[in-house]
Amino acid sequence: MSTQASAARATPRRVHRLEPAALAGVMSRDVVMFGRYWKATTFSSVMQPTIYLLAFGLGFGSIVARLEHVEYVQYVGTGVVAMAVLFASAFPGMFNTFVRWQFQRTYDAMLAAPVDVEELITAEVLWISLRAGVYGVAPLLVAMAFGLRPDAGMLLVPLIGVLTGFGYAAFGVLIAAVAKTIDNFNYVTSAVLTPMFLVGGTFSPVSKLPEGVRTVALGNPLYHCVQLVRDSSLGHLGTGDVGHAAVLLAFAVLMWRLAVWRLGKRLID
Amino acid sequence: MPAPAISLHGVRKRYGSITAVDGLDLDVPAGVCFGLLGPNGAGKSTTMRMLTAQALADAGEITVLGYELPRQSKQARMEMGVVPQLDNLDVELTCRQILTVFARLYRVARVERAAAVERALRLVNLLGRADTIVRDLSGGMRRRLLVARGLIHDPQLVLLDEPTVGLDPQVRQELWSLIDGLRTRGVTALMSTHYIEEAERLADTVAIMSGGRIIARGTPAQLVRAHAGEQVLEVYGRPERLAEVSELALRSGWSSRRSGPAVAILRAESLDGQAPDGVRRPANLEDAFVALTGEVIE
Repeated sequence: MSTQASAARATPRRVHRLEPAALAGVMSRDVVMFGRYWKATTFSSVMQPTIYLLAFGLGFGSIVARLEHVEYVQYVGTGVVAMAVLFASAFPGMFNTFVRWQFQRTYDAMLAAPVDVEELITAEVLWISLRAGVYGVAPLLVAMAFGLRPDAGMLLVPLIGVLTGFGYAAFGVLIAAVAKTIDNFNYVTSAVLTPMFLVGGTFSPVSKLPEGVRTVALGNPLYHCVQLVRDSSLGHLGTGDVGHAAVLLAFAVLMWRLAVWRLGKRLID
Repeated sequence: MPAPAISLHGVRKRYGSITAVDGLDLDVPAGVCFGLLGPNGAGKSTTMRMLTAQALADAGEITVLGYELPRQSKQARMEMGVVPQLDNLDVELTCRQILTVFARLYRVARVERAAAVERALRLVNLLGRADTIVRDLSGGMRRRLLVARGLIHDPQLVLLDEPTVGLDPQVRQELWSLIDGLRTRGVTALMSTHYIEEAERLADTVAIMSGGRIIARGTPAQLVRAHAGEQVLEVYGRPERLAEVSELALRSGWSSRRSGPAVAILRAESLDGQAPDGVRRPANLEDAFVALTGEVIE
């Protein structure tokens, strides 16, 4: 071992930004951790959207047969996908980051190894978004049991989930970086996340909202996720969806850079 | 003379109105165990954090293993190990899982990873606990696991920040033999500590840090001879007697201090006939430390 190590020293390893080995190393820890708590996470990630689906789908579904030319179960089934992605990304983004950084000091340990802040945060966000992409599919499966017809376009849903999840996970990291205490997350949950999923076109059309609210709703990244999921799953993909994807991509990049910048300022004194 | 493993020149670091490190100059030669001794708040931990670029200096130059910090800190971190002062282990993971994650972070090749983990576990005598989760380990075992984590990639330089703080004496002994073992393997170790005995027992060279800078440096024996002489005279007695002796020392220009229930007079070997009755003992690093810093520590 030591002869190999000396050989390595003779020619120092070149290092880059965002090294795959560093990302994989950070994510390998997430994978091992996930092995310990996947049951609880999966249970809540599947149960929560299912309850919304049943409450809205069966409740309103008995009054509202069709919305925007689709059956209500299809409307809600696709809308809840976005909500599942939001929950599976923004919450771990906030809580995992805060706990690992402030309480367990895991990030301190990792940053003493050859891992940069950018790599650390990118890997954490990427892991959460991959998980969110998988969990986002759960509501579709449940909705199928209530009459949503399978469609080839649904294969795009995990990708949409990953893209949206990346932005929201990074948003969560950003909130963790600026929060003074973990209790501050309550403000974000009630004032930002809850309105986002209620007026994102998940359960009712954005077009029926009052003008001012509608303008705000159109800037909500979750709205674009909902539209993209709905158009893919119901076979309605069109040129407008390029715009939706572009908004999600821009949101993801912006939040990622902000998260790296803000948390970096607090991890490195 | 070979290039030093670590060198800091004119390094300053402020936190708001507090100057933690104030013009620090320090060279750590390769292959030695170097002790950074100082009271709490002397700037030791800040110095350690700057060596991994987890704190950025406001001024000065830092080189680690020939790499310039902070620009090349990632290369430097690739080749050094860190044992932190605070336990930052993942309590829900097993020893093996933690070491495997860090083997990846340190870019240990896939085929060598399992062997590297075994070697590190054996080194700190935790092979039998490989699959125990951290939560179920004793405090001493956790600390040994921290050492194993810092050595997983067989580094040539190890930073040990207060490696035995808060441990009971028996566990401290275990860690001391571990650290001593590093030196015999030719690993450079920079160890910060506020335990004088720890520095005295382990370090080849000690630098005494106070107020964010190095105020003295040498082997423990050199420091003792230069700053405390050869002998210390300890005078015991009732408080009035001690006050009298302190007064006498002050008048005669002897260097003295209160040491527990006694007054200790340094350089007792050069006292003339007027020395009070007391117990003579060899001077130690604590005497030198107190003479230098004016601070009494553990």
